[in-house]
Amino acid sequence: MKRTGLSVLAAVVTAIGCIPCAAAERRAERVVVGSKGFTEGIVLGEILAATARHAGLEAVHRQALGGTQIVFKALERGEIDCYVEYSGTLTAEILRDEPVASAELLAQALAARGIAVGAELGFDNTYGLAMRRDMAERLGIRTIGDLAARSADPEVADLVFGFSDEFVQRTDGWPAVKAAYGLRQVPRVLDHALAYRGIDSGSLHVTDLYATDPEPQLHDLVLLADDRRAFREYRAMILHRADLAERAPGFVTALTSLAGTIDGSRMAAMNAAVRLEGRSEAAVAVDFLRDARGWDVAVAPADGLPRLAADLVRATGQHLLLVFVSLLAAIVVGVPAGIVAERMPALGRWILGLAGIIQTIPSMAVLVFMVPLLGLGWRPAALALFLYSLLPIVRGTASGLDSIPAHLREAALALGLTPWERLRLVELPMASRSILAGIKTAAVINVGTATIGGLIGAGGYGEAILSGIRLADPTRLMEGAVPAALLALGLQGAFDLLERWLVPAGLRTPRG
Amino acid sequence: MIVVRDVSKSFGGHLVLRPTTLEFPRGRTTVLIGPSGCGKSTLLRIIVGLVSPDSGSVTIDGETLTPATALALRRRLGYVIQDGGLFPHLSGRDNVALLARQLGRDAGWIRSRVAELADLVRLPTAALDRPPGAISGGQRQRLGIMRALMLDPAVVLLDEPLGALDPLVRYDLQEDLRRIFRDLGKTVVLVTHDMGEAGFFGDDVVLLGGGAVVQRGTLDDLITAPADESVRRFIMAHRLPGVATEGGGA
Repeated sequence: MKRTGLSVLAAVVTAIGCIPCAAAERRAERVVVGSKGFTEGIVLGEILAATARHAGLEAVHRQALGGTQIVFKALERGEIDCYVEYSGTLTAEILRDEPVASAELLAQALAARGIAVGAELGFDNTYGLAMRRDMAERLGIRTIGDLAARSADPEVADLVFGFSDEFVQRTDGWPAVKAAYGLRQVPRVLDHALAYRGIDSGSLHVTDLYATDPEPQLHDLVLLADDRRAFREYRAMILHRADLAERAPGFVTALTSLAGTIDGSRMAAMNAAVRLEGRSEAAVAVDFLRDARGWDVAVAPADGLPRLAADLVRATGQHLLLVFVSLLAAIVVGVPAGIVAERMPALGRWILGLAGIIQTIPSMAVLVFMVPLLGLGWRPAALALFLYSLLPIVRGTASGLDSIPAHLREAALALGLTPWERLRLVELPMASRSILAGIKTAAVINVGTATIGGLIGAGGYGEAILSGIRLADPTRLMEGAVPAALLALGLQGAFDLLERWLVPAGLRTPRG
Repeated sequence: MIVVRDVSKSFGGHLVLRPTTLEFPRGRTTVLIGPSGCGKSTLLRIIVGLVSPDSGSVTIDGETLTPATALALRRRLGYVIQDGGLFPHLSGRDNVALLARQLGRDAGWIRSRVAELADLVRLPTAALDRPPGAISGGQRQRLGIMRALMLDPAVVLLDEPLGALDPLVRYDLQEDLRRIFRDLGKTVVLVTHDMGEAGFFGDDVVLLGGGAVVQRGTLDDLITAPADESVRRFIMAHRLPGVATEGGGA
């Protein structure tokens, strides 16, 4: 009975795993559009995707893939066909070690990677520093230069700067401004969308923003003039795979026709429509194309309840795939590792130590390692989850085996069982409760951690959570957080049932 | 017949068993007795192959115990420990049948053999299908004996098998065990620290002390002609009826 139980479990897991696989198998004439994890990137991604549909292609938008490096690498590897990048980001960040001073050199450097430069959309989304209007007026600060010149004033010196991580790290971001103006403040690092909350509550005074951000009006911020021209130009341009011209010539033509169609105020208005009015990026993109190009493209998924249901089903499938694939792999590796750890305590200390160290690596860091090796999608996310699952499973196995009384081990030995029979018939069943507890812990942690999958296009509940954070939209956030919490609870319950089924009755009766 | 020749063992520099030579005759029950730490359990565990001796050899029915022969020899031995040593995740029946199933014995044969043994050790059938944690200590020990006898071994080794039982249960089991061993003609080695039990079972009592054999004989021999003062004191400590307790007589 136990054996049938396990095979049923395996079949269910396989079936769940196959839902997204089957969807990915269909490989018709389609293009894959990418985008970075902020509203403007996603709107532009939706515009490219809708353009592809207008050109008669099937379009997949792997949206909000995360930071610049992840999306550019994906294009370089051909995992996505196109996305919108900014000139300053290309020259100062992605290709900063290469000679890209002129447009020709830039095109050459990209061509060497199989990437072609497409149309420039017509706006410059440069960085800027913004400050609360009331405070700026009271202190008489209108430019970034004023911030530096007045730094002797204690009120100015005490201003709190809060910047996005990317802005602080990028050589063309905070380091450039700091050097150009000689600013000495030490900025706090936080999510761009959360910075506005800080501004509203008064705990932050100066933040970075993009020229096309709609927030300055809403939060009553004033953009400080960049009087020393520390920031570069960030002209939005389409990058696509060079071979796209052969694979989908109609699409490339359509993309070219987008040149100069979006100026700064139009982009800001589209950002505002999503961020402030709560419209979907897809709907905004479709409206834009109708308006600017006269194209009538249907919004792919309908808004409202059907979209919610469809999203939920898709996200649940993806989330379960991540959790179960990683968990199965962790069981296959972790249980034997736990056995080895218990058999050879000297080696066991190393195994448990290593699993413990892996546990402390932040999930973002693991993804940064994995994406270049495994590309985008569920594989790197599943690998990260697999690594996190190891410790509880290895520890559960090792401690379960370790707690078997010596006289029972000897009884098994004296009976004349072979080492393999002792392990299989006596020791593992006796440790089953502890092993299962380790697996349960790993599974529940996995459900929570799998939300990182949203960062690299693995889907799952993380997508809704991340876009909820990005849009400061609690409803959207709940669309991911609530099912994730329910799934964690459900799994916990399922494991309790599984324990009744798999753990022998004699181990469940209270001892004594 | 079991032959132990010049077997010695030390743990962590402490000599637990001095070089010892003993024979355990076929079809008879030999009792190893002595105070705690005298080496009696170590000697038994060496015979089962749970402990490997520092020197000397063990031969069971002509076959010498080595790492290579240990597995096959163990399958021809029955080994019983305190409280039965049953695996808590298996029912009583599955405990008894575990090795037979591994060896591919026929399911019908296993079923009738278990029933026969339950009859022999007077175990209620209901106790067979419950987990060991849900039955009494005496029933657990009866199952432990069934497991040891399952494949009808010529040799049965018991390490303080009845030590954890209350006196009445223990009395019943002693009676049953002696009957079983006599009826089946097993070669039995039983370790105990209880003089009364030793006399009840033993055709032959071996008294160990300080890791060496001090005296071998019947219980009467030990009582009437103790080899030395340590034997006399060990017997006296049991306050056996009719044996003087201090200063005297015997």
